[in-house]
Amino acid sequence: MLEKQNLRSLCLLILPVIVLVVLVEIMDIRLYSRIATTLLINLILVLGLQIFMGNSGILSFAHIGFMGVGAYTTAVLTMPAQMKSMALPDLYAVLKVVEINPILGIIAGGVLATVLAAVISYPLMRLSDAAAVITSFAVLVIMHTVMVHWSAVTNGPRTLFGIVNATDLKTSAIAAAIAIAMAIWFKESRIGVLLRATRDDEVAASAIGANISHLRWKAFMLSALYAGIGGGLWAHFITSFSPNAFYLRETFVILGMLVIGGAATVSGAVFGTFAVTIAFEGLRTFENAINAANIITRPVVGLTEIVLACAMIGVLILKPGGIIDTREIGELPIWDRLFAKKPG
Amino acid sequence: MSAGTILQFVLDILSLGSLYALMALGLVIVYGILKLVNFAYGELIMVAGYTLYLLNASPFPWLVMALAAILMAIAIGLMTEFVAFKPVRSKSVTAVLITSFAFSTLLQNAALLFISPRARNVPLPDIFTQSVEILDVVIPIRNLITIACALLMLGAFSFVMKRTVLGLALRAAASQFTMARMVGIPANMIISLAFAISGLFAGVVAILWLGRIGSVVPGIGLEPLLVAFIATVIGGMRSLLGAVVGGYLLALIDVSFNYGLSQQLLHFRDAFTFTIVILILLFRPSGLIKGRETGLRT
Repeated sequence: MLEKQNLRSLCLLILPVIVLVVLVEIMDIRLYSRIATTLLINLILVLGLQIFMGNSGILSFAHIGFMGVGAYTTAVLTMPAQMKSMALPDLYAVLKVVEINPILGIIAGGVLATVLAAVISYPLMRLSDAAAVITSFAVLVIMHTVMVHWSAVTNGPRTLFGIVNATDLKTSAIAAAIAIAMAIWFKESRIGVLLRATRDDEVAASAIGANISHLRWKAFMLSALYAGIGGGLWAHFITSFSPNAFYLRETFVILGMLVIGGAATVSGAVFGTFAVTIAFEGLRTFENAINAANIITRPVVGLTEIVLACAMIGVLILKPGGIIDTREIGELPIWDRLFAKKPG
Repeated sequence: MSAGTILQFVLDILSLGSLYALMALGLVIVYGILKLVNFAYGELIMVAGYTLYLLNASPFPWLVMALAAILMAIAIGLMTEFVAFKPVRSKSVTAVLITSFAFSTLLQNAALLFISPRARNVPLPDIFTQSVEILDVVIPIRNLITIACALLMLGAFSFVMKRTVLGLALRAAASQFTMARMVGIPANMIISLAFAISGLFAGVVAILWLGRIGSVVPGIGLEPLLVAFIATVIGGMRSLLGAVVGGYLLALIDVSFNYGLSQQLLHFRDAFTFTIVILILLFRPSGLIKGRETGLRT
């Protein structure tokens, strides 16, 4: 059941999404529109990670692997038949004739990621601390290895091209808005509240009857659904990609957004995504400017990652919970004061 | 099977296992005391590799260059502790894991930015490319060097751990950190020391590993890190002996896969080994060799 302050958070968090879309539509510059779409897709991925990491308190590296599952699923299911014979010549005969609507493809990708996550993670959710992190890292490596070598479906380590272009700014904005709403709903739901209790005190939570591994499992599945759908949207936006898109670099970016913003709150996830994207794009323009000006003989690469890494370490040292660490934006005391002043 | 093939098989396992054992030991020495995984461990190997590359033009003999590379790995190991661990280690486990992951990305991208994304050759003495013939099979001398090096390191390390005050302090800190502090062991110094030893192992591993592959790239640290992860998980994250056993076991699995799997399946080797890791963690969460139960993390 959503309370007044949750609805307030919901409205306040969807507001930046709407503002972003309206601004970009008014300006009508292709580059900005692409940046905004990427931002919204990243927002879905960050929210997915927040659902698991924020509520259970366990760091998961596997998330981006499920993004890859979603991306490849929808790519294979939606690609036109004649394109498939060129891009994926070794594809299984059954899949060669399938050609479904991209929206259905994205949903299918999300569902497959969820099912896969349900099977893989069920036994893993018993683990905590370092063991949990290492196994999630292992899951990422396994998924990456499979993506790189399962040539029939993924075109191996090479780039898979020819994916239908179906994601635009509005689709991703709608998806992101739904994602924000569901993340808040999950956080306040029975499962979410219990899961947060296990995060804060495992022993006490299990003493009042919380089934820890089961709760974590449910959150992990929802998190994988987000990752699968985010991956699907991204696939139809970028239209060609290779397995390396779903590995440590992307993990680092998504994790950075979440950690800087604040993993425990949905507001933190939204704030982190916006802040890091703006900083990233600024730095990238700077990098390109340096490269174009030919001041240094070699092209400048990796500067954005260095800055993001420093920002992550800095934020964690100063504020280990991220910038918005405990209260959602709608729960701030300022609102009560504002509304209390109203007469009547 | 001829005696030569068996000898080759055994030597392959021993040399690869020695390398893996050293990698795992470097990771587990930190884990033992702090109960925290250092994600930037692989980058120590990268740093040692680039030091060697940058010293290529210098007039020093190779051994001096190798020594400098190892010292550099130790220095960066200490820096990891200072930058990524010390400020956050009392706050939350997740925070430390993320800072060490961020520090690893930082070092990698620094190498990308300041050196080059492309592979760079490192100087190696001729002995690393020569080979000897025993029982009609060709054995690269570097494999024998690796085995000898590992025996030396492991011997010295176990002597330090068992017979010196330093080792006693390290073991005390690993088993009951709070109690160790109470009896007057300087906690911060012990932790820094663990990172220095970890760096030493990474440095030696870097030299031997580069002896095998000959060049250094910014992403070179990932594979050793994964290997160290697997080996420690197999062997047991709480015990130093477990790390060594895990290293040799992993080499046995890997080399057997190399000999036994078809080319098609060999591509998926990493997936197989990581599946084994997950299974072991499920059925024996503390690894094959259980260390003593330890106190809480500080």
